Amino acid sequence: MELNLENFTPFSALIGGMLIGLSATLLLLLNGRIAGVSGIMNGIFLSPKQEKFWRIAFIAGLFLGAVSFQLMNPGFFSPRQEYPLWLLIPGGFLVGFGTRMGSGCTSGHGICGIAILSRRSIFATLTFMASGMLSVFLIRFGLGVV
Amino acid sequence: MARNFIALVCGIIFGLGLSLSQMINPNKVIGFLDVAGKWDPSLAFVMMGALLVTMISFRLVLKRSRPILETGFHVSQKTKVDRPLLIGAAIFGIGWGMSGYCPGPAVAGMGLKISEAFIVVASIYVGFFAHKWTSSFSKNI
Repeated sequence: MELNLENFTPFSALIGGMLIGLSATLLLLLNGRIAGVSGIMNGIFLSPKQEKFWRIAFIAGLFLGAVSFQLMNPGFFSPRQEYPLWLLIPGGFLVGFGTRMGSGCTSGHGICGIAILSRRSIFATLTFMASGMLSVFLIRFGLGVV
Repeated sequence: MARNFIALVCGIIFGLGLSLSQMINPNKVIGFLDVAGKWDPSLAFVMMGALLVTMISFRLVLKRSRPILETGFHVSQKTKVDRPLLIGAAIFGIGWGMSGYCPGPAVAGMGLKISEAFIVVASIYVGFFAHKWTSSFSKNI
């Protein structure tokens, strides 16, 4: 294994992670809800009416949080150029299908579930981390892309 | 109304966290998953930072009889590690590695007008509906 230390950003990652933890804490303390983004996204179209609005508000907030960060730090991101659509579209599809089948994603299982030591979330997180690593390995070395 | 406002504020904080930590940057995500190549461990720190907070706070919050603005906590009571959980998580991971996006960063990325984030969010929804469709189908057999 080789470390990529030019791009290593532990401090901003740690503080950013703590903000995510704060957001999940407030949502649980005030609204009694788990900050699992895949579940919230899914519920926008599927839940009963009175359950929709807070989900739309959370998703709008996510969007606005990124917009305001961009306004405060212009030029912080350089978007990825010309990433192949044949990886992007099936990739997104599998993210959607898999997070429904597995009842959660990085936020719901990885941050909220692990916090309460849920066995389901611990196993799910280990599984998607491992399959994510395998997937990148196969794309890079098997297909020679990226 | 108050609950919707809180959800909005929580979403904003979440979006700021995803941006600052660069979780929103798919190159960074793929760098983290690329353990056999040039590994960038930064995103392990995102999870550590979040868990440092939630491991303490969730325990305290869940000691309360109820949340402040709701009558009860909406927390999954499931405990069984079953096949759909593991197969679903494995499928999600494959898609995560292919695209470089999990659901949160895909939504936040739309805020930065990144065109691929719109494509990923649309594909995620197709995946949601495909799952709903196949699971209703399998129940009918």
